[in-house]
Amino acid sequence: MLTILFDGIAYGMLLFILAVGLAVTMGLMNFINLAHGAFAMVGGYITVLLMQQFDVPFLLCLPLAFLGSALLGAVLERTLYRPLYHKPHLDQVLFSIGLTFMAVASADYFIGSGQQIVQLPEWLKGRTELGDGAWMLGMGHYRLFIIAVCAALTVALQYVLTKTRFGSRLRASVDDQRVAAGMGINVNVVFLTTFAVGSGLAGLGGALGAEVLGLDPSFPLKFMIYFLIVVAVGGTSSITGPLLAALLLGVADVAGKYYIPKLGGFIVYSLMIAILIWRPQGLFVRKGGK
Amino acid sequence: MSNTQNLLRQTGRWKRWEIPLWLLALVLPLVLPEHALIINEIAIVALFALSLDLILGFTGIVSLGHAAFFGMGAYSAALFAKLVMPDPLVGLAVGIASATVLGALCSATILRGTDLTRLMVTLGVALILGELANKMDWLTGGADGLQGVMMGPLLGQFEFDLYGRVAAWYSLAVLLVMFVLTRRLVNSPFGATLKAVRDNRLRAMAIGIAVNSRLVLVYTVAAALAGAAGALLAQTTGFASLDLFEFHRSADVMLILVVGGVGWLYGGITGAIVFKLMQDAISSITPQYWTFWIGLFLVVLVLVGRERLFRPWTWLGKRKTGGAA
Repeated sequence: MLTILFDGIAYGMLLFILAVGLAVTMGLMNFINLAHGAFAMVGGYITVLLMQQFDVPFLLCLPLAFLGSALLGAVLERTLYRPLYHKPHLDQVLFSIGLTFMAVASADYFIGSGQQIVQLPEWLKGRTELGDGAWMLGMGHYRLFIIAVCAALTVALQYVLTKTRFGSRLRASVDDQRVAAGMGINVNVVFLTTFAVGSGLAGLGGALGAEVLGLDPSFPLKFMIYFLIVVAVGGTSSITGPLLAALLLGVADVAGKYYIPKLGGFIVYSLMIAILIWRPQGLFVRKGGK
Repeated sequence: MSNTQNLLRQTGRWKRWEIPLWLLALVLPLVLPEHALIINEIAIVALFALSLDLILGFTGIVSLGHAAFFGMGAYSAALFAKLVMPDPLVGLAVGIASATVLGALCSATILRGTDLTRLMVTLGVALILGELANKMDWLTGGADGLQGVMMGPLLGQFEFDLYGRVAAWYSLAVLLVMFVLTRRLVNSPFGATLKAVRDNRLRAMAIGIAVNSRLVLVYTVAAALAGAAGALLAQTTGFASLDLFEFHRSADVMLILVVGGVGWLYGGITGAIVFKLMQDAISSITPQYWTFWIGLFLVVLVLVGRERLFRPWTWLGKRKTGGAA
């Protein structure tokens, strides 16, 4: 039972890394970006290709995946996304669906439709077991690693958003762009950086998750729903909301698939609908926020 | 007769060009028998888009899960034909009825929250149904789909033929009936209140429109139309599969509607024609990667703007603001 809890937490953490970038773009910048999964896929493919073709060690691939998708995010933000910030949500939805379709078809064309496999280094492959009987806790090392990375990221993000100068600039730009610009904040640069970091985080999530979730061209569509659930349920005003939502969903999903495999994804979706009817703005809403 | 009634009657009147257009559509399967299959498909998709237009174009609710009702109609019509009786019209009624019930149940989910919440909840409903259809394989055939649906003759007279001509007429006729009903609906005082809700919900509430009950009602009606489209698809193809519930169905129909024009009843039909012909053309060139081109088209459409893309002459001269959205 503890093992399931542990796996659920690891899965939730992974979802969190994947979704947190989306929470930032969607929650703070108010842009419904359904193409977020495409950035995650890019990160995953960067890792796989680097490891297969150039024998780059796994640990080095992770920052490269981050940088690669952050760069792509920055370029796309500058060229395509920026004009759409003030368009209606419907336009944003259509645009990002279009982008996702293109990403899926391109990945299929250039890399092939097969599932890619990540070769983990030896030291991440093992498994430690504690206790026995019903309370046995089995921890895959790779899952421990994910939890550690994610915890570090959460702390760092929380610190950046609440304690640093950039964080306050970002929050100011989000709350009122015009006033922020009038105060001498370069809103465009702030948004560009934020979007790039968000995409980079998605890429990192994709790189970390390739082994657990599987990586093929349909990745953006398959997991888009999970990211959106995390963000919608968690609320978009803070980091802790999506984190708790991701943990909740991760545990519910793993436990549901283990105990009642017949129902599959059913539990997660029902949970989401129930929560959203109960609290339409998400579980954690900043008072007076949009 | 008051001014308002006059106005409603004016906008609701049939224009002169509309009747020949429908006659032409009904003659098409006879003139182009080899294209009857695609005509059938266009009619079905047009009905589906018409249904989405009711809630998106006339009420302003974004939904990413409209496929839920489409699939519900398809599965119930197919199951009814397989297990109870093969008469198409009764099956159609069953499909519509089940989608209506589902729509009424789900309508509570769209009343609260932001656009994002609505997108997620509607999407979630479609996913749940897809999952159910997958897991209840003793009934639905699971991932293999529901096969072996045999339809009886239409009205006891017309057998569905291999060329799909009867099917095309059947779908066109249903589309026409539904179109007339929808048209009647949106040009009624009820339709006017819907538009008021779309344009400014707060003000609509302030002048005494019962916003929530309107939304519930229109969502249910839209679900019924989508169910009819799904039932038609299942009946004319004799097949229902999990793919009916998939995300890309909902995305496609949204795209179709936006291409054709939101908030305009012919928008869904125009969009369906453009989209299906385009799909047919592109997928005969690159069958595997046609989604790339559809994605590119969407991106360009949004960036350039629908108005400007379809009226290239407006690129020259001053950009006008506004226009039909």
